[in-house]
Parts: sequence; C-alpha cells; structure tokens
Amino acid sequence: MDRKVVVPGDLLSEDAKRSGEGTYVRDGSVYSLLYGLANFRDKINVIPLAGKYIPGPGDNVIGVVKDITFSNWIVDINSPYDGLLHISEYPKRIDNVEMSNHLRIGSSIMTKVKDVDPTMKVELTLNDRKLGPIRAGQVIEISHTRVPRLIGKGGSMISMLKKEVNCSIFVGQNGRIWISGSAKDMDLALRTITLIEREAHTNGLTDRIVDFLKREKGTRS
Amino acid sequence: MIAMDETDISFFKDGLRLDGRRADELRPVKIEVGVLARADGSCYIEMGGNKVIAAVYGPREVHPRHLQEVTRAIVRYRYNMASFSVEERKRPGPDRRSYELSKVSREALEPVILTSFFPRSVIDVFVEVLQADAGTRTAGINAAAVALADAGIPMKSMISSCAAGKVADTIVLDPMKEEDNFGQADLPIAMTPGGDITLMQMDGGLSPDEFHRAVEMAMKGARDIYELQRAALVGKYSQMTEPERKGAHACD
Repeated sequence: MDRKVVVPGDLLSEDAKRSGEGTYVRDGSVYSLLYGLANFRDKINVIPLAGKYIPGPGDNVIGVVKDITFSNWIVDINSPYDGLLHISEYPKRIDNVEMSNHLRIGSSIMTKVKDVDPTMKVELTLNDRKLGPIRAGQVIEISHTRVPRLIGKGGSMISMLKKEVNCSIFVGQNGRIWISGSAKDMDLALRTITLIEREAHTNGLTDRIVDFLKREKGTRS
Repeated sequence: MIAMDETDISFFKDGLRLDGRRADELRPVKIEVGVLARADGSCYIEMGGNKVIAAVYGPREVHPRHLQEVTRAIVRYRYNMASFSVEERKRPGPDRRSYELSKVSREALEPVILTSFFPRSVIDVFVEVLQADAGTRTAGINAAAVALADAGIPMKSMISSCAAGKVADTIVLDPMKEEDNFGQADLPIAMTPGGDITLMQMDGGLSPDEFHRAVEMAMKGARDIYELQRAALVGKYSQMTEPERKGAHACD
C-alpha cells in the first residue's frame, strides 16, 4: 500500500476526483488538510495522527453520564461536544422522576449517535440490542485516530481479536473500548490493544498481532 | 564627543554581520514537535537566540460561554514573554505589546484554519517566549503553526514567518537583537508556502524599492523555514512508517 506522511497544504494529486477524507480541492488539485498519513488508492484519504473525536451519525460510542436534566441525560463522549440521551431513547418507557434510578451520574453506557445537527447538538440512543449500561468488565481509552486500525479492514482485526482472547469487546468510535472476560483474558486483550495503538501507523500489523498472540498464549499453557 | 553613541556601532565587518552571517542568511533554526505531553499539540523552536514554546489545546468547549460562535470555532492566541526572557527583568503579565502581538499572530494563523469544522468550540494557542533575541513574534507563529498541525487541526496550509530589516542602509534577513534595536527598519511577515501573506508589519522607514526587496527577502526566508517545519513534522513519524525493530514490544 502506498502511504506517506503529509503536512497541511501538501499537493497530493492533480485530479480533483481523487479527493477523499482529510483533503480539499483548489483550482482542480487535491491538497492535504491534515498532518497525517496519506493513503493513495482510487481516492486519496489523509488519516490524522492526532485530534479530537467529532461525533457523526451512526457512530458507536462509550459515554459517561455527567448530568441529568428534565428529560435528558447529558453524556460525556470524550469529545468537545456533549451527547444528549433523551428519555424516549431509553429501551424501556420510564418516568421523568425515576431517570436517576436507571442511569445515574457517573454511569457508563454503550450508546450510538442517532443524529448530529449543524450546531453540533449530538443526539444519542440506547435503542439497540447491543447497547446499554455497562455493569461488568472494564473500559480503556485509546486515541480515536487509532480506532479504524483496531477494527481493521471490514472488521478483520477486531473479529480475530475477539476470537483469540475470548472476551466480549465493544469498540467506541470515540476511542473508548469495553472489554469483559476473565481477568487473565482481559489482561491479554488490554496488552494487545495497547500494542495496536502504538503501532497503528505501521504496515503488516495484523500479522504481527497474530504472532504476538501466539507467543503470549504459548508461554501461558 | 567622547561618549560613543550606540547607534555608531558598525553592523558589517568584511561584508559579514556581527554574528558572521551574510545579509541574506537566516540564523540557525531548530524545531522539535510534540514536546508537551498534556497539550493536544506542541512545538519548541529555537531561531538564533530566540527560544519559544507553543502549545495548542482543542477544539474544546468555550469558557466563558458568551464567546462561543454558533457556526465556527474561535481561535485564541496568547503571546507571553517570560520575565527572564530579556536582559532587564520584564514585569510579568500581559501588556500593550503582548496584546498587540497576540492579535496580529492570531490573525496570521486564522485564515488557514478550518474553523467551520468545529462550531461552538475554541482552539487555544499558547506561545511562551523563554528567551528573546529579536523576532519572537515570527518564532512564535512558526512554532504555533507546527503545534496546530501536531494537534490534528485541519488547515489549508502551513504558515511560516520571517522578518527582514534595514541596517546601515543594507537590507538584511532575520535581524538579531543589535540590528533590531539600532537598525533603521524591521519588517516581519507571515505567509503560506504558496505566497499568500497573512501578516505584515513595519517599524522604521523603507523606500518603495527597499520595501520590495525586503519583502522578497523575507518571503524567501519564510519558504526556507517552511521546509524546516515540514521536515520536523515528517521526521516525527518517519521512523514509524516501517515496522519497528523486531521483538522490542514493551509488552514483552
């Protein structure tokens, strides 16, 4: 794969049609908007190496309730913008007065971004089987820019990981990851994820992770 | 008259300047990226005797609330000189000069930042001058531009900045302290590598012809600095495009 470190304003292509994420077009040429790694495929995408998580519709995220209003939970989603979880988006029908019995301040939830309006009002939902409050396991935080690498192409990395370490894993696009399993399995999962985060920008990562897991398991049994 | 007026010092010796540079030569520049762990992006720069550190935070929530803009992010830039940065102790805190420099530096960077990507948020830039030797605003802008890129903030291009001046009726690049204090003119500029100027100030006097030559010279200096900024940013991750040394995982 053709990859290269670029800085903002670098000329990437003279064909405006190849403009992808993290790029812009001026006078028919494509330039980089970000400091990051440029991927030259049909489209040219620039993946940032740093930056804040900006929520988008459909993103799975892990949040922490930080306030309760009349009909909304205000949720910290590790972003400049807070998430709003409306009472009607809770899987059960509940009354305003008993909101804090279900989700109190400090509760962690696996949730999904339902919609984001142009003023960055972020609406969340819990209406899905895989979503809901976190009651067991642990949540770890990585940079959100490494999440695509943790998931892998078409989910290849994460499905391999789930199988190999024997844990339930929920990856939030905001860089928070929930893992649940036996203490030993969680420890291995944690170390593997830290390794992926640190080497996210390198080539042939999946193979090295497979090797790493093989070695780790070999020493254990 | 016995007491020698300080303006009488000779700026050139055998065609070279007091520190041995040619008229169109920059002082040595050193740029380091990502020097602060707590900031979202940071940069340390040395340009001759100037030592400047820049930190970028954000985009993040705006406090106080009434400053926030509904359609775009606001940019705040704070230029500050440490009390020990100059020979005579500088009274700490903001003063008329630092307010002005904060404003013009912010306006030098704002045109390239895509503020519309982050409505209702703020991008904070802090520039601390640790040691001053003429040209701290240009060093601050150079450091801030690198720190903004390091923070992952989308920008149309980088910004680089450089000054030209006039001493002993000669146009010189990147004046140092003596040339700035006792020279005839100082002209700092900031620009994109494409040549769009986002800051231009002038102190002293230049004829139209001298002005054009000074701008040309400062622009060339800024382009050279751009190459150094670029090299510093690319250098931070260049060793990483290849897999790291085998078996050296911290997890082992």
